[in-house]
Amino acid sequence: MRDTDVPAAKMSTRGLQAWFGKQQVLKGIDLDISARRVTAIIGPSGCGKSTFIRCLNRMHELIPGAGSSGTVTLDDANVYDPAVDPVMLRRRVGMVFQKPNPFPSMSIRDNVLAGLKLTKSLNKRRPAEVVEKALRQAALWDEVKDKLDKPGTSLSGGQQQRLCIARTLAVEPEVVLMDEPCSALDPIATARIEDLLHTLRDDYTIIIVTHNLQQATRVSQRTAFFLTGECVEYADTDRLFTSPGDRRTEDYITGKFG
Amino acid sequence: MDASAATSVEPVASGATSKPQRPWLRQRSGSVGERAIELGLAACSLVSIVVTIGIVVVLLYEASGFFAHVSLGEFLGDTMWTPTFTDNQHFGVWPLVVGTLMTATIAMSVALPFGLLAAIYLSEYAAPRTRRMLKPALELLAGVPTIVYGFFALTVVTPFLQGWLPELGGFNALSPGIVMGIMIIPMVSSLSEDAIYAVPDSIREAAYGLGASKLPTIFRVIVPSAWSGIAAAMTLAVSRAIGETMIVAIAAGQSNTLSFDPRGQTETMTAYIVRIAQGDLPTGSIGYQSIFAVGLVLFVMTLTMNLVSYRLSRKLRARNRT
Ligand SMILES: Nc1ncnc2c1ncn2[C@@H]1O[C@H](COP(=O)(O)OP(=O)(O)O)[C@@H](O)[C@H]1O
Ligand SMILES: [Mg+2]
Repeated sequence: MRDTDVPAAKMSTRGLQAWFGKQQVLKGIDLDISARRVTAIIGPSGCGKSTFIRCLNRMHELIPGAGSSGTVTLDDANVYDPAVDPVMLRRRVGMVFQKPNPFPSMSIRDNVLAGLKLTKSLNKRRPAEVVEKALRQAALWDEVKDKLDKPGTSLSGGQQQRLCIARTLAVEPEVVLMDEPCSALDPIATARIEDLLHTLRDDYTIIIVTHNLQQATRVSQRTAFFLTGECVEYADTDRLFTSPGDRRTEDYITGKFG
Repeated sequence: MDASAATSVEPVASGATSKPQRPWLRQRSGSVGERAIELGLAACSLVSIVVTIGIVVVLLYEASGFFAHVSLGEFLGDTMWTPTFTDNQHFGVWPLVVGTLMTATIAMSVALPFGLLAAIYLSEYAAPRTRRMLKPALELLAGVPTIVYGFFALTVVTPFLQGWLPELGGFNALSPGIVMGIMIIPMVSSLSEDAIYAVPDSIREAAYGLGASKLPTIFRVIVPSAWSGIAAAMTLAVSRAIGETMIVAIAAGQSNTLSFDPRGQTETMTAYIVRIAQGDLPTGSIGYQSIFAVGLVLFVMTLTMNLVSYRLSRKLRARNRT
């Protein structure tokens, strides 16, 4: 490790392989995700970025026919250990999806509380405080504080995505996985979410998949470049974009393909 | 594209080429064969509209004969229904309405839970192959003639229930109500399953991503998301239960008086209409005309239910689009 200032790994993968039926989409990924940092995953579409992060919280295995092998650790404990309940894991490793997906039957307030209610963990906490804290963290509070009873789907796309971020944060996860969270948003809404990431990285370990290279340079400290199911290069974001160590990384970031 | 945008005359030229296209498109359906088919199709859809209007007109006409003798106040105010008696005639429609609602309620309290649970199983638990086989099998149940269900209620379910409820009459509301519910289950489950299946996977993923397990995800996220579709299925089912005839005509008996007891005899609007229509009352008599007044009430009730159902499913479609 030549990179300076690399804190302890929050999550690590070793020899992580993944399949959809017979099609292998991850071919052995070794990656250490630093705690309280934003790690970006870049690469051409179809290279396995989504599959990779979905292996980290065991969402991958929900797809019929999907399988994986290798190890993924969270705080040095293997999350694929048979004793680990994937449901409990997902409360520690939350996820924000590509398309904003607030629950259509729920109000803004209930969307934020959904994770706690669905997992019966609301008991002692005060709902109003949870809602305000999560919405403030997601930089949405001022826009929605007067209409918490409106349906979550009544918000604009960018607001819906921040609502989904608030919903994820309300569960108080340690790691937040984001799969191209801005790809369905306009530039202004995108900028707001990027600002948000800067404040969140003090408290959370964030892994963000993005096809927008500028976004990776703006929000992340570490970047991994994926190509056809392999991690070609993983380095400090500055270094990866200024002096890539691999020819394929250079070709990709200079726009020769992808 | 680039080349055409560069030349300034292009917009005019493309405007000119797009003009003759329209008449050409219209000419296609102008060919004699196509035109005939189009007319034929239009006639088919027109027939069903005309027939529906005709039914409403006949209903209104015959019912107006009834209401020339009986005031609306008596029709809706009295609690006895004896239009066929020679003396002591009463024209209060409530015994029939209550009989109808009672059997429909019993049917729904069977069809709703079982239909919904079957739908949840098919959509969320069954393997794709099981689903592909079970769903048509369940829908096949809907093809059993209702008279078979009627005899099933009278000769199997009633005696069986009498083992538990000694005071249950040979004719009663309970048994045909339950059997009617069983008959409606496929309809409820099939339509609800469509609504549940249509909930996008992104919603399921959101719940699982929050650490929710399967059961709370289904009952607190997916079913509520499909609610308007499920409610539409339920209203259609209620309207089917209200309109069902054979089962109640066979197994529910007859009744002139207001009764809320499901263990005793009851008569629904449909069963009354069948009984009178099969009898030998002369056309034009008050008893004969009464079936059209009852038919009108039935028509209004089922029409209302179907309208509610239509609006609910339209709301669902509008929401799924976003
Ligand atoms: N649900 C799925 N079923 C089958 N194949 C899939 C599925 N999702 C993704 N794939 C395949 O897996 C490969 C990697 O996909 P993905 O991880 O989504 O890539 P990325 O996020 O980098 O665009 C692609 O070739 C894609 O076609
Ligand atoms: Mg992806």
